[in-house]
Formats: sequence, C-alpha cells, structure tokens
Amino acid sequence: MIRYALGRFASLVISLIVASIVIFAVVEVIPGDPAAFMLGVNARPDTIAALRAEMGLDQPLIARYLSWVGGMMQGDFGMSWTYKTPVADLIGDRVWVSLPLAIYALILSTIVAFPAGIYAASRRGSAGDTAIMGATQLGVAIPNFWFAMILVLIFAINLRWFSAGGFPGWGNPLAAIKALTLPAVALALPQAAILARVMRSSLLDMLGEDFIRTARAKGLTRRQALWRHALRNALIPVLTIIGLQFSFLLAGGIIIEQVFFLPGLGRLIFQSISARDLIVVESVVMLLVFTVIMVNFIVDLTYAAVDPRLRVRA
Amino acid sequence: MSRNLIIGAGLTLFFTALAALSFLWTPYDIELLDIPNRLMTPGGAHLLGTDHFGRDILSMIMMGARTSIAVALVAVGIGMGLGVPLGLWAAARHGSLLDDLIMRGNDLVFAFPSLVIAILITAVFGPSAINAIIAIGIFNIPVFARLTRSAALPLWERDFIRAARVCGKSSARISAEHILPNITNLMIVQGTIQFSLGILAEAALSYIGLGAQPPTASWGRMLADAQTLVSLAPHVALIPGFAILLTVLGLNLLGDGLRDWLDPKIRVVRT
Repeated sequence: MIRYALGRFASLVISLIVASIVIFAVVEVIPGDPAAFMLGVNARPDTIAALRAEMGLDQPLIARYLSWVGGMMQGDFGMSWTYKTPVADLIGDRVWVSLPLAIYALILSTIVAFPAGIYAASRRGSAGDTAIMGATQLGVAIPNFWFAMILVLIFAINLRWFSAGGFPGWGNPLAAIKALTLPAVALALPQAAILARVMRSSLLDMLGEDFIRTARAKGLTRRQALWRHALRNALIPVLTIIGLQFSFLLAGGIIIEQVFFLPGLGRLIFQSISARDLIVVESVVMLLVFTVIMVNFIVDLTYAAVDPRLRVRA
Repeated sequence: MSRNLIIGAGLTLFFTALAALSFLWTPYDIELLDIPNRLMTPGGAHLLGTDHFGRDILSMIMMGARTSIAVALVAVGIGMGLGVPLGLWAAARHGSLLDDLIMRGNDLVFAFPSLVIAILITAVFGPSAINAIIAIGIFNIPVFARLTRSAALPLWERDFIRAARVCGKSSARISAEHILPNITNLMIVQGTIQFSLGILAEAALSYIGLGAQPPTASWGRMLADAQTLVSLAPHVALIPGFAILLTVLGLNLLGDGLRDWLDPKIRVVRT
C-alpha cells in the first residue's frame, strides 16, 4: 500500500509540474504587453519600462516561472495588476461561490443518481428502467447552460420562487443556498444522468458475478444480495466517475456562473483575460488543475485502500 | 436494427441535411436585419419566428447546424487522426518507455478540466471557430489513443498477428493492415459519441463568446443573445436549445445503436 501510494504521489508531482509549465507557457504567449496595455496608448516608453520592471516582466522567463511556482507553494499567488490586491485574496473571495456550487451540484447529482441507477438495475427491463434510461439519454444531451435558462424562465420569471441571478453572500446562509440552488440543479443534471447510467451498468455487471449466485444459493433474496454484496462492489467504478465529475463540475461551473451572474472563479478568469491580468489567469487555472489532480489522487488512494486488487494492478 | 439506431440515424440525417441545404438555400439571408419584424413568434412568414434583430430563426438554425457539425467533425478528425496512430504505436511497443510516455501524456490531458483549457486556448489565440476546433480536438486525442491501445493490446496476442509476424511484417504494417481493421467498428462508435460531445462543447464555447464569431451563425451564440430576452420571447431561447438537444440526442442514440448493431461485444468509454 505504501509503495502504491508513493508511486501515485510521484506521478501527482510530475503531473503538477508539467501542468504548471504548460499553463505558464500558454499564458506567456498571450499577445500584447500587459504593462503597455495598462498604461494606455499615450504612455511614454520609459514609464512602460518602469512598470514592466515593477511587475517583474523584465526578468527572464525561467526566473519568472520559478518565482511564480515558488510563491504559490507558500500561498503567495502574486499581486493582481488590475485589482492591486493579492491574487490569493481575489481567489479567496470567489472560491466561496465556486466550490460550494460544485459540491452542492455533486450532492444533488448523487442523491438523484444513486436511487435511479439502483432502481433501474434491480428492475432491469421494466417500464421504470426504460423510463430512467430514457431520461438519462435526455440528461446527457441537454446543454446545461440552456437548461439553466429554462430553469430561470420557469422558476424565476414565471413562478418567482428564486431570483434569476446574483449572489447575496454568505451573511445569510439560507439566502446564499437559495441563490445557488438553480445553478446547482443546472450543473448537476448531466452529471446525474451519467452517474445513474454508470451505477446501473456497474450493478448489472456485479449481479452477474459468481459471488452473487453464491449469496442467492445461501438463501438471500435478490434484494438482499443486491444491497449487501453487489452494491458495495459496484461502488468502485462509481467512485472513479464521481472523482472525474468533480473536474467537470468545477469547469462547468464557469459557464453556469455566467448564466446566473455569480461572482465565482469563472467570472474572475474572464475579467482577468480581458484585462490582460495574466498572473490572475495563471493562478486561477493552476488552482483548478491542482484541485482536480488532488481529488483524483485522493480517489485513487481511497479505493486502493478499499480494494487490494487495485494496488497490485497499478 | 434497433429503435435507437433508426431514431438516431434519422435525427442525425435531418440536421446534416439542414446543414447541407444551407449551402444552397436558406429561407432568408441571416445577415439581413429587419427590425420592424423583430421577435416574431413562430408561424406565418417566418416558420420559427425572428430574433431581436428580425433575423429569421430557421435560417440561423440551418447556418448554425453547419458551424456545429463542421467544428465537431474536424475536432473528431483531429482526435482520431492523432489519437489512433498514437494508440496503435503504444500497443505495438507495449511495456516500453514509449508506451509509458504516451499513456502518461494522456493521463495528464485527462487531468485538466477540459473546458478550462479550452477557454484558455481560445482566450490566448483569440476567439474563433478554428481555435474552438483545436481546443476540442486536443481533448479528443487521449480518448482515442487510450481506447485504441486497450483494443489493440489483446489483438497482439492473437494467432493471426503472430502469423503475420512470422511472415516478416513490421509492427507498423501489422498495425495498419491487421490491427486497424479490427478496431474500426469501435472507433466509429466512439467517434459518434465524441462528435456529440464536440457539439455540446462548441455550443458552450460560443455561448461564452469564445467560439465562432459574427457573422457566422452558431447555436451557442444564439442562446447567449437570447438570454436577456427569455421572458420577452421565450421561443428565441428555446429553439436553438432544442436544436442542440436533438442533434446530440440523435448522435448518442446513433452511437448506441451502431454499437449494438456492429458488435454487441464492444464496450465504449463514456465519461
């Protein structure tokens, strides 16, 4: 187990290093000098040069990369050029919109998908199974930002149960959760559909295994065998998908934030790109990638702990 | 033939035909603004109504179908064109450093939230249909590489491949002449699914303004334009969404149907 964990950790570190190089390189290619952009067209060349020096843009690429990565490791994400505040503070404010949104959506999708998938698998071929599978086909085909617009049309404009957008802050937790509800539902729908399908097929695979027949032969009912033996084993692929989905939820959140005018990381990325605030773009993207890689690492370790077979295979 | 296959093929053909027809004829010119007739409801002279500039929605849907299909198709082409050879190569050199390198590279691309990187690429190189294609295409490469490798590996153990080896064929020739034909069905099915994901991704990118730019029509941008009008004229927001939904649904059903029809044994990766 320790060997496996160390191996996974080594590949985690390599992934993070390569990811940071790729992000840094891509952002460096953005055309336009940030210093010239910030000072406007009438700036004198020596003022631009002074600002470039102040922003550290006159340093060689390698030095800038190292200071960026080194800073992040100490929690220093640099100073935003347009907001004139530390990037860590900017991220800190907005992460409390994006992260709860992703988690909220993950919870919703699990709550819907687990029962739906289990029901469909246990009543394979029934009308209920067909209906659930049909619904999941629709769920994966609906663009979630469009679904979000329909939710706004129905629940915000016609029924007036929710507001159409904006975020009141966490001062009033109930209002904050309410404001995140429609976005979370929109975000969760395609993921719930995928998860329900994975749950169903994984359970069906397990129900065909010998140990289920043994359990049935021991006298367990089909339902008992499903709940006690099949479900536990079926959860392994389901966990993998949940881990992968977290990255889709974080990324998908960027678009859903646009629909609902939520002040999250997505908005921050867009504003920073148009303001040429490269350091913010780099750091936010790196943070997202870091989160995704970490979540997958934890998922890997979790089921290596649960399922000894996986340690050997890897 | 299953019901899935028929419905899926029907929907896919319908939207492909709409896109093809748009090259020859659309009911109206989509660059023609007709403000007095804006936000007309469906029916009458404009079958699907008009948008906030008085442009004919049916014509825009037809032109948008062309954009969506073109972007997704080329993105799948990039993914297959690079991913399949990489997968074949990795399988032929199974267990070597090269194999390891290719697979680790794939893991890395998978670790990135694809949409974030797509946003980054389009933001850096400027929003355009071409950059949307590249952004979506890059993420198709590991999908095909991984699938190709996992399908090719067991084939390498088969007797007919050994026979080919004994005949003195190089592994490149074996990959091209014996492995590839045996995994074509699988690639077609996965290609259909990546095609549908590509259409969704294109719609999302152009919705946030990073896809095809005006005057090129795009379903995603039609939705972005319609967002503020949703209470005033719901049809402007509903119609492009249904177009996306039905196209993606059609492709997914087509993929499922093809899978069952071509070979019930094959399994497709779906995330």
